[in-house]
Amino acid sequence: MILSTVIEQLLGGMVTSIEIFLLTLLFSLPLGLLVAGGRMSGFAPIRWIAKVYISIMRGTPLMLQLIVVFFGPYYLFGMSLSSDYRFIAVIIAFTINYAAYFAEIYRGGIESINSGQYEAAQVLGYSKIETFFIIILPQVIKVVLPSITNEVITLVKDTSLSFVIAIPEMFTVAKQIAAADASIAALLVAGIFYYVFNVLVAFVMARIENKLDYYE
Amino acid sequence: MSLLEIKNLKKSFNDNVVLKDISLSVERGEVLAIIGPSGSGKSTLLRCITGLEQEDSGVIKFDGTFGLVFQNFNLFPHHSVMKNITNAPIRVQKRDKNEVFEHARELLKKMGLEDKEDAYPCELSGGQQQRVSIARALAMNPDILFFDEPTSALDPELTGEILEVIKELAAEKMTMVIVTHEMAFARNVADTIIFMDGGVIVEEGSPDEVFSSDNKRMKEFLGKFYD
Ligand SMILES: Nc1ncnc2c1ncn2[C@@H]1O[C@H](COP(=O)(O)OP(=O)(O)O)[C@@H](O)[C@H]1O
Ligand SMILES: [Mg+2]
Repeated sequence: MILSTVIEQLLGGMVTSIEIFLLTLLFSLPLGLLVAGGRMSGFAPIRWIAKVYISIMRGTPLMLQLIVVFFGPYYLFGMSLSSDYRFIAVIIAFTINYAAYFAEIYRGGIESINSGQYEAAQVLGYSKIETFFIIILPQVIKVVLPSITNEVITLVKDTSLSFVIAIPEMFTVAKQIAAADASIAALLVAGIFYYVFNVLVAFVMARIENKLDYYE
Repeated sequence: MSLLEIKNLKKSFNDNVVLKDISLSVERGEVLAIIGPSGSGKSTLLRCITGLEQEDSGVIKFDGTFGLVFQNFNLFPHHSVMKNITNAPIRVQKRDKNEVFEHARELLKKMGLEDKEDAYPCELSGGQQQRVSIARALAMNPDILFFDEPTSALDPELTGEILEVIKELAAEKMTMVIVTHEMAFARNVADTIIFMDGGVIVEEGSPDEVFSSDNKRMKEFLGKFYD
């Protein structure tokens, strides 16, 4: 197969990979904040649930989580789901997995903020919610950004795990072509794609970090 | 009626009784200095009055606005000097933006920082940061201003500029309660001095009365400053 055909076929997979990547970030970044809130809650049951959740998400393979989210509803509850569910399952699995990692990163960031910041805000009359969003969160974002960047770069590569439930993303397509073609050209092209994608991600994250470099 | 009145205030942390029955009052325009060895409960007293700690019992009678100036400033590092000063008056007190900015510029001028409104706290010296934090407190138009060792985190050569600012405020009849280890300053600026030790008020009176007291603990404490 000539290279241009390979690339053409891979293009569809590439779009799917990028969709998985963007949707996962869109949902897991805020969800992670919520989970971090639960993890630090003053109410023990919530704290405990968040802790167990984080521990399971981080302690089991993402590939297994993908399989469970996709096949679970059928095998556990006998639900039959539409074909759209395949893609939805990928987004759910990635989101809940990455939210757990982000939650721990946020927690570290929130705990690194000096208690004097809360006290100054309280004395100035800010509500708890205002304090969090105006005073604390912006500082947390700056602190956690390097760790978030690491996770985001891992996510780019992790999207390829979706092959396990036959989502036609980049890696799945590349494998199919390679098998039909008895050549690894398609896999090499896929490798270049992941690499270029990550160079872009690193560039964008560095830009954001620079933007936040205006203090300290 | 006093502006601030405290009666029988008690506060413990677990078994550690930190404030044992504190009563005091502050009149409008009065400057009260609180002195005493470290660990005697001075910060805890200010923290109870300003709502940062919950007292176990006692009455705190005060209605009005207050400001608190911390030992280590606690400026918001991600906000410019101007935003540090104006954000709470605008957001919390819902005051007119233009009026608040004008007020803030006035305060910065008073603090000798008129050229720093766009700077970030990390670009300022400790003394400048503390002056910004005083401006931030004043921007709320407080009826009373509390200071918890405002110069203790500063290099010795920078304490003078802060003490000058506080003296100026005293001259303008700003009501202030100042916890300090600067004895000469306390003597000079305060109308009333309270000496605390072990969670109780040991001495209270005019600077001359307190500094010439025969109380043993008071003398011991002052002795440390004149070695
Ligand atoms: N949040 C707290 N938890 C437990 N103990 C505290 C706390 N804050 C202060 N203390 C204790 O209360 C005592 C008085 O502290 P503090 O009010 O800071 O004294 P000062 O300001 O006069 O040095 C100290 O023994 C200190 O260890
Ligand atoms: Mg103290």
